Amino acid sequence: MATPAAVPHTPAVGHSASPSGLWSWLTTVDHKRIGILYGLSALAFFVLGGVEGLILRSQLAVPNNDLVSAPLYNALFTMHGTTMIFLGVMPFSAAFFNYMLPLQIGARDVVFPRLNAFSYWLFLFGALVLNVPFLIQPFTQGIDPSSALAPLTRVIPDGGWFGYAPLTTKEFSPYLSIDFWVAGLQILGIASMAAGFNFIVTILNMRAPGMTFLRMPVFTWMTLVVQFLVVLSFPCITVALVLLLMDRLFGTHFYISSAGGDPLLWQHLFWLFGHPEVYILILPAMGIVSEVLPTFSRKPLFGAPFVIFSGITIGLLGFGVWAHHMFTTGLGAAADAAFSVTTMLIAIPTGVKIFNWIFTVWGGQIRLTTAMLFSLGFVGMFTMGGLSGIMHSSPPVDLQQQDSYFVVAHFHYVLFGGAIFGLFSGIYYWFPKMSGRFLDEGMGKIVFGTVMLGFNLTFFPMHFVGAWGMPRRIYTYDEGMGWEQINLLETVGAFILAFGVLLFIISFFRSMKNGLPAGDNPWDASSLEWITTSPPAVHNFDKTPTVYSDRPVWEKNHGPGPGYSLPEGDEHIHLPPPSIKPLIGAVGVGLFLTSFVLLNLTNLALAVTALGLALTFYSFYTWFLEPGH
Amino acid sequence: MKPTRALLLLPLLMVFLAACGGDHPMSTLDAHSDLTRSINVIYGRIFWWTLLLFILVQGGLIYTVMRFRATGKETTNPEQVHGNIRLELTWTILPVFILLHIAIPTVSTIFESQAPASDDAVTVNALGKQWWFSFEYPELGVVTANEMHVPLGQEVAIRLQSDNVLHSFWVPQLTAKRDMVPGRVNHIKFKAEKLGEFLGQCAEYCGDSHALMKFRIVVDTPEDFAKWVEAQKAPADTVADASKAGFDAFQSAGCVACHAIRGTTAASIIGPDLTHVGSRTMIASGILENNAANIKKWIMDPGEVKPGSKMIDLNLTSEQADSITAYIQTLK
Repeated sequence: MATPAAVPHTPAVGHSASPSGLWSWLTTVDHKRIGILYGLSALAFFVLGGVEGLILRSQLAVPNNDLVSAPLYNALFTMHGTTMIFLGVMPFSAAFFNYMLPLQIGARDVVFPRLNAFSYWLFLFGALVLNVPFLIQPFTQGIDPSSALAPLTRVIPDGGWFGYAPLTTKEFSPYLSIDFWVAGLQILGIASMAAGFNFIVTILNMRAPGMTFLRMPVFTWMTLVVQFLVVLSFPCITVALVLLLMDRLFGTHFYISSAGGDPLLWQHLFWLFGHPEVYILILPAMGIVSEVLPTFSRKPLFGAPFVIFSGITIGLLGFGVWAHHMFTTGLGAAADAAFSVTTMLIAIPTGVKIFNWIFTVWGGQIRLTTAMLFSLGFVGMFTMGGLSGIMHSSPPVDLQQQDSYFVVAHFHYVLFGGAIFGLFSGIYYWFPKMSGRFLDEGMGKIVFGTVMLGFNLTFFPMHFVGAWGMPRRIYTYDEGMGWEQINLLETVGAFILAFGVLLFIISFFRSMKNGLPAGDNPWDASSLEWITTSPPAVHNFDKTPTVYSDRPVWEKNHGPGPGYSLPEGDEHIHLPPPSIKPLIGAVGVGLFLTSFVLLNLTNLALAVTALGLALTFYSFYTWFLEPGH
Repeated sequence: MKPTRALLLLPLLMVFLAACGGDHPMSTLDAHSDLTRSINVIYGRIFWWTLLLFILVQGGLIYTVMRFRATGKETTNPEQVHGNIRLELTWTILPVFILLHIAIPTVSTIFESQAPASDDAVTVNALGKQWWFSFEYPELGVVTANEMHVPLGQEVAIRLQSDNVLHSFWVPQLTAKRDMVPGRVNHIKFKAEKLGEFLGQCAEYCGDSHALMKFRIVVDTPEDFAKWVEAQKAPADTVADASKAGFDAFQSAGCVACHAIRGTTAASIIGPDLTHVGSRTMIASGILENNAANIKKWIMDPGEVKPGSKMIDLNLTSEQADSITAYIQTLK
């Protein structure tokens, strides 16, 4: 962190007074503010995705329901999946990467702060492109299907979050719905890639002196693994989407079998991204749990190197299992057998993690705070999802479970019981650091109880109804299949779950104003974010600590080692100035990619393409000329 | 925390209560073919292992939390244990044996179930459409839709294809699931072990009416199957005057543009073959019972019955619809 700059000056002068107002947020390059923006956006989209889920559940509450039409139901499940994955869980994780990661490694910011802002604004642009169709659709529904504007009659993405070709090709989906989806995902992909490289470089270069790899907090480790997964897997979906775009716009035939293409090419490319994506969603939560369980057991993480290496192993194996999403497609016996075995192998590092977490808690002094409850809940619920995962790792069994509600149960245990429980845990754990106040603990326990109950009532019964043959993605079902009571029960559960989330949101905003003051290190935790003030100053640390342990703050307080030390004297603090260029650049890139949506309608879209490119070049060019500090 | 924990058992209890009663005609747990039975052998094996692990992990977790709750009176920190290499090795290596116990029958079943069908198998070409299934028996000269008949105890080889989007062929109790992928031929082979009707449904999202793409397999005795084949092979009975008038209505309204009725001039293969549609139990791909009221409803407003239906709304008058309905019902 030492910069060869000329004038050393006292910290906390000039830099730490945080400017306020809308403009300061639009131009911010502070990783903490960007983290807050990610977090609030994620919360908003999480609620939106939840409402979509509630409509789906309401439709299925009783047989032959007509609350929503078939096309709307199909659009809603498409957007529920897309939203929860790309706009809910991923940016929620990104909120913690942004806010906590530089603090955890003793840095003043990420290595490329303006790129970081660019990532956020581009993410927001992509999220809006995906959701704006909800606002357009009511006005375009009445358009004459034979007119030139017919592609506008369906604009809400409705090809499934997996977008399988050839349903998403122009022949079967001649509407803009798929184009909005393609553009939105493409934009989000670039945002994720930019953030991914930023964090990799940050973790590799910006660690405080003495913080060797094995002294890095486990959350930082899991973040590092996730960023490698992002930069290696997102290119696959980028390519898949470009090919789909070419098929839709320029008459190529990558996915069209009658012209020599192959629909399975889409599935291979999509799942080559899609499976690592599962670990992109779950590993951050695993990192959070690996911070929370030791803290509230007052013990170190049991077998920390094994937890870290199993995280890396899961990440690596994640690239060798994609075809287990394709066991029903007829890849042949040899391929089925091979991908089955690699999939089963993932159970081993996953099990290693679970056992290490339990032994972390074993022998500790357990404080059942809300953060701890959600982390313990994570271990229990994620285990459920892992165990049902073993079932469909066997292709013959998968031939019954694939695309049934059994699989819906499975991945909600992984992504809600796993990822979202972990993220909730992280919110309760780090809220005091981010706000200086506790998030209401009494209410927190009620939130946990309600969410736990609602979650299990919603998703546990899905195992049964799936085993009884209920397929996914059906907007209606008949009486007499034995599915009625279970579906009603699930819907009741979903509303209990939603009520729990509502309680959380109320208590979140109340605690932000009225929560009890927390102090710098309220949980007696072990990593560097706890040595700075709550909330941290703009420059994070007055002095950069030197680290001697994997638990620097704990060891400083409880021994045996010194933990960390602070240098004598003042330090030059180097912070980047705010800039509006990242926002302009994001709008430029976003417009450029979105113009392809309109290109399916009119060639005037080329003007938008040109505008997007112009803004992009203007912003990047002037950005490079801006002084860095 | 005790009441919360007790609450957690509630969903389990309610599910078991719900599970007690009622029929589950599409349950994967009732296997009625050699194929689905072999799947359930593996499923059972995995189920018991996962149940054991479930109890071990959840029990261990709950016990640990109960036993090591902080009292608030501790004066020292707990022992700072960093790990144990022997435990790490144990829980890395033991699962390998469990996985082997699962992987071995898995791999052998994969290869057995995907081996080529025997020469005397009944072959059926199944074609997925938006949103119905065409079934053709190439060796027997039979073409039908949405209701496949197969003989009990004899091997059936289904060749799965699609010329549009992806579909997935799924009769849980007989065939398990296999996708219909444009440009490819996929295979299922099975021997039915029980007489009766078995429900199936498309299991791959295929557009608007994916939820309404149902079908069934009827398992007959070999004698009944032979009779069914004979009946299906025969052209439609077009002798009676009434059916002549009905066919005229069918033709003039435009139904012939898509449907075939063997023995008449209607020969299009776009929609389902209707030669013996009157002999099927359901219409509109397994969603409506085959009776006059339903047929009329279906042909007068296809989009209402099946969102996005490819069957064109021909703006039939009520009289036209009645006469076409009457005709279709004669096609036994």
